[in-house]
Amino acid sequence: MQIKLRLNGKEVTGNVEPDMALLDFVREKGCYSVKRGCETSNCGLCTVLMDGKPILSCSTLAARADGHSIVTIEGCQKEAEEFGGFLADEGAEQCGFCSPGFIMNVIAMFRELTDPTDEEIREYLAGNLCRCSGYEGQLRAIHRYMDHKKKEGGK
Amino acid sequence: MFTIAEYVKVHDLEEAYVLNQKKTNVIIGGGLWLRLGKKRIQTAIDLSNLGLDEITENEKEFSVGSMATLRQLETHEGIHVYTKGAVKESLRYIVGVQMRNCATVGGSIYGRFGFSDILACLLGMDCEVELYNKGRLPLQEFVKMKKDNDILVQVHIKKTPLETVYLSQRNSSTDFPVVSCSVTKRESGFSAVIGARPSVPVVIADESQILQGNVTEETIADFAKYVQESVSFADNTRASGAYRRQIAGVLVKRGIKQLLGGETVCR
Repeated sequence: MQIKLRLNGKEVTGNVEPDMALLDFVREKGCYSVKRGCETSNCGLCTVLMDGKPILSCSTLAARADGHSIVTIEGCQKEAEEFGGFLADEGAEQCGFCSPGFIMNVIAMFRELTDPTDEEIREYLAGNLCRCSGYEGQLRAIHRYMDHKKKEGGK
Repeated sequence: MFTIAEYVKVHDLEEAYVLNQKKTNVIIGGGLWLRLGKKRIQTAIDLSNLGLDEITENEKEFSVGSMATLRQLETHEGIHVYTKGAVKESLRYIVGVQMRNCATVGGSIYGRFGFSDILACLLGMDCEVELYNKGRLPLQEFVKMKKDNDILVQVHIKKTPLETVYLSQRNSSTDFPVVSCSVTKRESGFSAVIGARPSVPVVIADESQILQGNVTEETIADFAKYVQESVSFADNTRASGAYRRQIAGVLVKRGIKQLLGGETVCR
């Protein structure tokens, strides 16, 4: 079946099988940051934004995304790089496998929540698993990033 | 992994209903549970063009479209205020925000899954389901019905004066519940819902009015025992039936205390 959607700001079309996952579709279109980690909808590695909301692209059919707007990390490089720098500075990135999905959900969180508490941060990001760390580095990075944004806003 | 031969975005509910009468055709909600199975689906029926992803409110009830996501339900301000956070409490531990942006209310309720937190929570309130063919019927009746080929259109949460709290026990924070529980206080008395037994949630009303009048530690313990004895529990990979029975008693006690203004110890 034919689908048409907006991928990272550009209109793309494709002929897809009815049971094709959105993940496979965006990878076919060159978005290799989007990966499968668990196959049970639990790890968050495949997170993309659909109409601005974070979703699991491994569990969403490409057919369901027809007519919608999809953003992967390739489509928000500036934001991703900026936050990624804080992540690296805090040593939160070890193998780095979970980072694209994690960063996408962090971006979604900052678009949805203003000045979140630790509890809110942990709850929002509970669907992103990292097997290297205990999430402390990630939490420090988020705090540093929030401080940085506040200082930037205050200028 | 499931397979789908054909995908149809229906134009109206009648088209969906006709398609859904064939056994190999399936309505796709969020598709999260289906994709974990091996079902060979002939036609996947997609309701997402029918405007069923809205939550509306009037003076009598909230009406939740079957294609609304769990996240929409969780973040709906009116429902949050009416349920004093009980609905949010039942949803916030389900995997993660991304998952809850995919899973639909219709899929969760129609599936009548034993593990469904939201089903156990809504059963504690005055809710009705609206089916395309059968019309409106109480959720408590719907959970006991055999699955058929009807279509869940909306779930109505009535604004009946009641107070409810939701509690669950999980082996790890974002896993399925080992026991889910909601406790409700109405003018007519208390009731409890126990889910993840692991089968479908059941409602236990305080028919013999154990908690009538002045509620004490003793009567709370008596009601918890009554619930433990009234519900059948079973073993699965997450916990034994005996463990579930024990935990259910604890959750019921905590729920009553929470309703009476005690400490909020949810999990």
